[in-house]
Amino acid sequence: MSIAELQSYGYIVALVFLSVALYAYIYHLYVQRKDSDGHDYEDYSNMALKDDITDTPVSEKSKKK
Amino acid sequence: MEDRPLEYDYSVTRLFLIFAIFLGITGMLVGVLLAWQMAYPGVNTFLGEGLAEYTNFSRLRPLHTNAIIYGFVLSSVWASWYYVGQRVLKVSMAESKTLMILGKVHFWLYFGAAFVIVVSLLAGVTTSKEYSEFEWPLDLGITVIWLLWGCGIAGLIAIRREKTLYISIWYYIATFLAVAMLHLFNNLEIPTYFASGGVGAWYHSVSMYAGTNDALVQWWFGHNAVAFVLTTPIIAMIYYFLPKESGQAIYSYKLSLLSFWGLMFVYLWAGGHHLLYSTVPDWVQTMGSVFSVILILPSWGSAINMLLTMKGEWQQVAASPLIKFMILGSTFYMFSTLEGPIQAIKSVNAIAHFTDWIVGHVHDGALGWVGFMVIAAIYHMAPRLFKREIYSKSLMATQFWIQTLGIVLYFTSMWIAGITQGMMWRAHDQFGNLAYSFIDTVTVLHPYYTIRAVGGTLYLIGFIMFAYNIYKTTTARPVEESELQNASPMGA
Repeated sequence: MSIAELQSYGYIVALVFLSVALYAYIYHLYVQRKDSDGHDYEDYSNMALKDDITDTPVSEKSKKK
Repeated sequence: MEDRPLEYDYSVTRLFLIFAIFLGITGMLVGVLLAWQMAYPGVNTFLGEGLAEYTNFSRLRPLHTNAIIYGFVLSSVWASWYYVGQRVLKVSMAESKTLMILGKVHFWLYFGAAFVIVVSLLAGVTTSKEYSEFEWPLDLGITVIWLLWGCGIAGLIAIRREKTLYISIWYYIATFLAVAMLHLFNNLEIPTYFASGGVGAWYHSVSMYAGTNDALVQWWFGHNAVAFVLTTPIIAMIYYFLPKESGQAIYSYKLSLLSFWGLMFVYLWAGGHHLLYSTVPDWVQTMGSVFSVILILPSWGSAINMLLTMKGEWQQVAASPLIKFMILGSTFYMFSTLEGPIQAIKSVNAIAHFTDWIVGHVHDGALGWVGFMVIAAIYHMAPRLFKREIYSKSLMATQFWIQTLGIVLYFTSMWIAGITQGMMWRAHDQFGNLAYSFIDTVTVLHPYYTIRAVGGTLYLIGFIMFAYNIYKTTTARPVEESELQNASPMGA
């Protein structure tokens, strides 16, 4: 198989994968109100509205590793 | 040392913001000069025949485009990044010495590069690739500047308190990644002096691509430069500044995510529409057209999301000139992203290609969407940076109406000029002979070129009013922190 053929197959595989991933994500957004952390997606708007450095983060980053 | 409460540090934002206004005036002034040159060719030698080399259209045009795109816009984008980035990640630049140093080196290298670029373009040193005119030493310098920004983004994200990245951050990251890729691939070039063993100028280079390949890479770059310099970072700005200034949550955060990934998926494929009816493969042309039309969906997703954010609060649009700038900006974004796909349809492109309609399209996006959004962002940031109210609301409102009139004159004159051109170039008699010579179109277009120049001049006047307003803001009435929560404080 030549490099050009390999590129073509890789291109098709990437295209199908990305299309499926995009539509799967759109479907997920359509049916789910909350993300995997249990936060309502719409609450994330507050990241812009309550953005003083002393404001409580909408989803705090864990300090523990 | 006394224990002071933690605050956001805007020193880098301030540098980029001031430089953005300076570059905006420079780029727009050159643009207006070019517009008058198109209407009255004598203006090409307005400093006399001896200096004609430096004042003619062809020498100044790259200066205009580069000063606006990579000067005014990028500097504003970075001002907004060093402001919005800290706030939505809830972390201060002051918390990391490394980030502060990176930010300042980022600015001063950029400042130095801007100076060298202006000199080199005026001297006529260019690769002749549109929007990618800089020679290889500058390309390397730009790569370093870009990577410094990337390190700044990564660093700030690494020390953030907010786990989830706000939608604006995604748009800034997309801008960084895409432009890095575009810059590297479109500027692959061979320095001729070194490759030939010492022939010619040391800074000269030739592209690694030739012919149709060069055209393909160039317009993959060119179109996506519009996407990732003039679109994604500006969307990043509106997603922060409109909700913050109006105090309204984004209408649908989910729609913002959907639009983001939709835009990422579709935009990169649309560049082929710049090469319709050329020697590139037919499927590339068709794909460029089809993806351009699909692009309406994610673009309008963001724009409608912004307009709906004002749902129930439209009195704010009437009351605040700052919000007017953003709402009209969003409207112009919708308008440009409908006009672009229309022009990308093959049969329409047969008339529109190479005409002034394209110039009109670019400018209703650049002046109406990008310019207005940047102006609004700077107006919002200024009181927070200087802890003072905006000097004059009435001056801001006057600026808004003068600039809006300027944009309307610009794009309407270019519509008429472009379609007239396209129709006249194609017209023929019953034997197939062309009905008009080129100079016939030039004669017909003269009034429209004059109207365009008037429109551009009005926009520049408005921008100078803006610069004056910001300058006076630095000494206006001091304000308390409590006045800076949402709507920006403004003097009469």
